[in-house]
Amino acid sequence: MDKVLLSGDEAIARGAWEAGCKVAAAYPGTPSTQILENLVNYKDVYCEWSTNEKVALEVALGAALAGVRSICTMKHVGLNVAADPLFSSAYIGVRGGMIIVTADDPGLHSSQNEQDNRYYGMFAKIPVLTPSDSQEAKDFTKLAFELSEKYDVPVILRVTTRIAHSKTIVELEERKEVADKGYVKDITKANLLPQYARVRHVLLEEKMKKLEEYGNTASVNKIIEGKKNFGVIADGVAFEYAREVFPKASFLKLGMVWPFPKDLVKKFAQGKKHLYVIEEVDPFLETLIKSLGIKVIGKDKLPLVDELNPRIVRNSLTDNKTEFTPETSLPPRPPSLCPGCPHAGLFYLLQRKDVIITGDIGCYTLGTYPPHNTMDTCVCMGGSITVAHGIEKALKNQKRVVSIIGDSTFFHMGMPGLVNAVYNKGNQILVIVDNRTTGMTGHQDHPGTGKTLMGEDTKMLKTEDVAKACGVDKVYVLDPYKIKDNRPLFRQILAEPGPAVIVSKQACALLVPRKPAKRVVAEQCNGCKLCMSLGCAAMSFINDKVVIDTAFCVGCGMCCELCAKEAIV
Amino acid sequence: MKLKTINIVTCGVGGQGVLLFTDILADVALRAGLDVKKSEVHGMAQRGGSVVSQLRFGEHVFSPLIEETTADFIIGFEKLETLRYIHFLSEKGKALVDSLEISPMSVLTGAVEYPKDIMERIKARAKNVYEINAFNKAKELGETRTQNVIMLGATSRFLKFPLDLYKASIEKNVKPKFVELNLKAFNQGRKLVKK
Repeated sequence: MDKVLLSGDEAIARGAWEAGCKVAAAYPGTPSTQILENLVNYKDVYCEWSTNEKVALEVALGAALAGVRSICTMKHVGLNVAADPLFSSAYIGVRGGMIIVTADDPGLHSSQNEQDNRYYGMFAKIPVLTPSDSQEAKDFTKLAFELSEKYDVPVILRVTTRIAHSKTIVELEERKEVADKGYVKDITKANLLPQYARVRHVLLEEKMKKLEEYGNTASVNKIIEGKKNFGVIADGVAFEYAREVFPKASFLKLGMVWPFPKDLVKKFAQGKKHLYVIEEVDPFLETLIKSLGIKVIGKDKLPLVDELNPRIVRNSLTDNKTEFTPETSLPPRPPSLCPGCPHAGLFYLLQRKDVIITGDIGCYTLGTYPPHNTMDTCVCMGGSITVAHGIEKALKNQKRVVSIIGDSTFFHMGMPGLVNAVYNKGNQILVIVDNRTTGMTGHQDHPGTGKTLMGEDTKMLKTEDVAKACGVDKVYVLDPYKIKDNRPLFRQILAEPGPAVIVSKQACALLVPRKPAKRVVAEQCNGCKLCMSLGCAAMSFINDKVVIDTAFCVGCGMCCELCAKEAIV
Repeated sequence: MKLKTINIVTCGVGGQGVLLFTDILADVALRAGLDVKKSEVHGMAQRGGSVVSQLRFGEHVFSPLIEETTADFIIGFEKLETLRYIHFLSEKGKALVDSLEISPMSVLTGAVEYPKDIMERIKARAKNVYEINAFNKAKELGETRTQNVIMLGATSRFLKFPLDLYKASIEKNVKPKFVELNLKAFNQGRKLVKK
């Protein structure tokens, strides 16, 4: 058997393929994006970028009801968007196996919160598997399909950034085809009218009981014998940290954390003088263990915030503390807009304007930082347009409110907000920063690009057309590179009553061929630094003159537009 | 006797090829029959920001993350970033540093200065510092993007893996038309280390 290094995301894709999965749907979101990006490279699996996570989950549910194995993947906050069908899918169940992958982000490497989605299993009554490395990510994916079909319920596979984006060794196997079960009309199962849903709820509770019995005995949860009186209960990547710190302890490694295997935990805890529970973020297992009357040490010593690592585990739970001193007073290097990023040209127009700016989720959220300073809020996908509307209503239009959203985010959850703003007589100016891709997650296609995930041509929806269809009469399309032309237009739009939509359209600078680099004619540069307000990473200010690094400049020419001395050529 | 786990922290700036560097090195360790884990973050953290990748290999590796003060090597593609992660290095660890400077936004805008004493500060914290002028060598080769494979060549001087494993991994991890250039870069990197 082939042994290869795979990330957790790659391993889940491989597992889905090996298990005979036929339909996969997702909206990109770190750290889950690479699952579908890899799965699409295997044959025999239909893959799509859905417009949002709710859509993706419903697509997967539809496929499962039609009798094939299906998977949907999303980042943790995506499951909030998909929560509505998540709860319904638990009642309905499946025909073909169905997996919901949630990729959580403890440590907020690329997210707006560090919510612990194990709770969704408890909340929605869906089993939750938590792999500890890539091999388990693949094994658990295959197991999840089997459990889903056996118990007639979707299964949540919960990974975290350190599983999704860590590479560990995986043994590859071949695909095993699973016979399609076909679509069978059954309104008592798939139609959640209250009269049917009442019965489905009873059935779901019975399934959960059976799954708990399974969890008490199946090898997905395992005891590793060590010191008799010293036990550690752990799941996910925290299990690996715990093994590093307590190599001699006895372990209860939970691979299925919900339904909670009460009997197994009781059995393991027996006779343990010292019992620790080591888990990231929330005390999910700890609360459940304590509910059994078992004394256990966990979050009273381990942190509730940020991801864990071996040092944090050691320092929190042992006297053998290790200290280190990082260098201080170093210039930070936060992520920044790439040289030639069209968002920079748009942000320039908004700088120093007396407006409230509500932002959204994407590369353009980096407009928050200096020198742009053009984003007051960032809430969630689609939260720009709606929060702008609320601010406007509260301030009774005393101040102009501008909302900013990306093209992919607009299709994801922006459209209902825009319809709402039009319907409820909003006055905002919505800027759709349309860079023809889903930028932050690494350039995925969306309804505006004219390409599907599987590489096929498809209808290209234009954001300006959608805005018009949402009822906006004033729709402007501009090229953010043409700053000179845009300035007067922008002033005019700001002075007019809304609602108005500006589509700032220019492809992501990473997707277009570079033009020759610009350079500064030093004699002509008067050091006014106006061009520096673009926040371009290719420009620096040395000896009172602007200097362009030709290795980084992509030749977009925005700086030339700004220079009154025509010193940039 | 149990094989000691080797911990390598590699750092630089988004776009420098840090992740490909550890991809290749991880593959080499796998080919050598070792257990391997490597960890990094993608997404927002990559947009021109600080990038760090952690690689561990040995007989059996549990945690994909390296503890501070336990790295056997820190491979720095940029000076400031090397200093930012220097606390990962163990007392006996080796620092391989490209003395390249890439200014972060706060320096570009003139808000703060790029520290002038970085190499001194690195040397104050690490006993074994090797300056590797990989970026300059990459420029000489006509392709600055080979900096990472030049650093790999330099790093290979300190590891005990047979050279054909590197060759196989480079062939697997880079596009066919760049294989020859990268193999050349690798050999140039080996020559840059003066032990």
